[in-house]
Amino acid sequence: MSGDPAISVRGLSKRFPGAPVAALDAVDLEVSAATIHGVLGLSGAGKSTLLRCIACLERPDAGEIRIAGSDWTSLGGADLRRERSRMGIMFQQLHLLASRTVAANIALPLELHGTPRAEIASRVAELLDWFCIAEKAAEFPAQLSGGQRQRVALARALATAPRVLLADEPTSALDPETCASVLNTLSGIREQLGITILIITHDLRTAEALCDSVTILNAGRVVETGPASQVLNRPTTDVTRRLLAYNELAAYQHPIQRANFEEIGQP
Amino acid sequence: MTNIMPALLAATLETLIMVAVSVSFCVVFGLTLGAWLAISSPQGIAPSRSVHQLLAAFANVSRSIPFLVLIVLLLPFTRLLVGTSIGTAAAIIPLVVGGTPYAARLVEAALLDVDPGLIQAVVTLGASPTQAVWKVYFPEAIPGLIRAFTVLAITMINFSAMAGAVGGGGLGDLAIRYGYQRFRLDVLILCCVILIVLVQIIQLGGNTLARRFDRRR
Repeated sequence: MSGDPAISVRGLSKRFPGAPVAALDAVDLEVSAATIHGVLGLSGAGKSTLLRCIACLERPDAGEIRIAGSDWTSLGGADLRRERSRMGIMFQQLHLLASRTVAANIALPLELHGTPRAEIASRVAELLDWFCIAEKAAEFPAQLSGGQRQRVALARALATAPRVLLADEPTSALDPETCASVLNTLSGIREQLGITILIITHDLRTAEALCDSVTILNAGRVVETGPASQVLNRPTTDVTRRLLAYNELAAYQHPIQRANFEEIGQP
Repeated sequence: MTNIMPALLAATLETLIMVAVSVSFCVVFGLTLGAWLAISSPQGIAPSRSVHQLLAAFANVSRSIPFLVLIVLLLPFTRLLVGTSIGTAAAIIPLVVGGTPYAARLVEAALLDVDPGLIQAVVTLGASPTQAVWKVYFPEAIPGLIRAFTVLAITMINFSAMAGAVGGGGLGDLAIRYGYQRFRLDVLILCCVILIVLVQIIQLGGNTLARRFDRRR
């Protein structure tokens, strides 16, 4: 159904055994097709649990998850494995297979879904070109730079031409140049392929640069959601204001340290 | 002084045959049992407490019987399979039975060394447990598996010398017959030197192969 949101989460709750509080508490989330949505929050807010539940790596205690109109909540076994071709995931640690070349890493999801060999070869060639890593096709992940590994992980996530892409902290621990390159690539993917992207991040600059809409999570609950420009520029809750303050502090921390060092270094 | 060289060569060949054949079987059975142990473990891709406990109990019981006792215990089974309980072929049966659980535990440890996050990532790409074993666990664990099988081969050399002591042939048999029963200290020392050289070659070969297949660096 074309009118359905690409990602729809309703009343999602999850409490881990022995945990004093719920990791997710009745979370609602809707992401329109071909948009980029950011889920923001401080550490422990429930961002990763939300991503793991949407990716069916964790079973929620309650709630419903719909991806491109189909109900993923009760999916399991072979049905879930088949549906997984409709969702690409880029993990924070990338999780590329060290034993496989770049081309073989990108081909992996296609192999898992039983795609014919000729089709795999042409799709991999297409993605290698698209991500400008064709000359690295025969190399192993350990031989690549951080930015190149990010592109391989993205290419692998998009190999099965999914309708939805989940990205967990795609810009964390990246230098500014690689970070800008990843943001450009994600933006380009949305524009050229019309894919819906859900980004989990604690970095407001990433959200500002990339997202159409954002959701702020705190202690497993949604505290604010709406267009990125509105939520990030005119926050209505203390949690969002605190998140903005932390990010500003982090952004200025480096120059402050440098200034102190220069001051100390002066005769 | 009789020329001992032909007997030494024959015994070395017997040891090599015993070790090569038993290691080959142990690798196949150990990979199968070890993979089941790894995937059914709490950190595995298809955790199952009952399956894991059953397999773990089998592996532990077999490993808790001293090898010499195992050889005696398996005599009727060995006679049933190869028609005799003496000789190189007969020694291979207890070597395989004794080595398989050991190999399985080594394989399990090597497979569980693969980053669990990597396994989860491949699950989200649509991998079934079988695909995860063949496309992730085994290929990613190759350096660890090579090191595990190196340890196994060296242990099998050790075991084969014990099998030799009860009529299994090989260097252990020669060392006991000449070195112990006929007081030929030179034969005893020569047997030990050959065993030490064999172990050094296997360890060196294993380390080199493991380094060659390690793509993490």
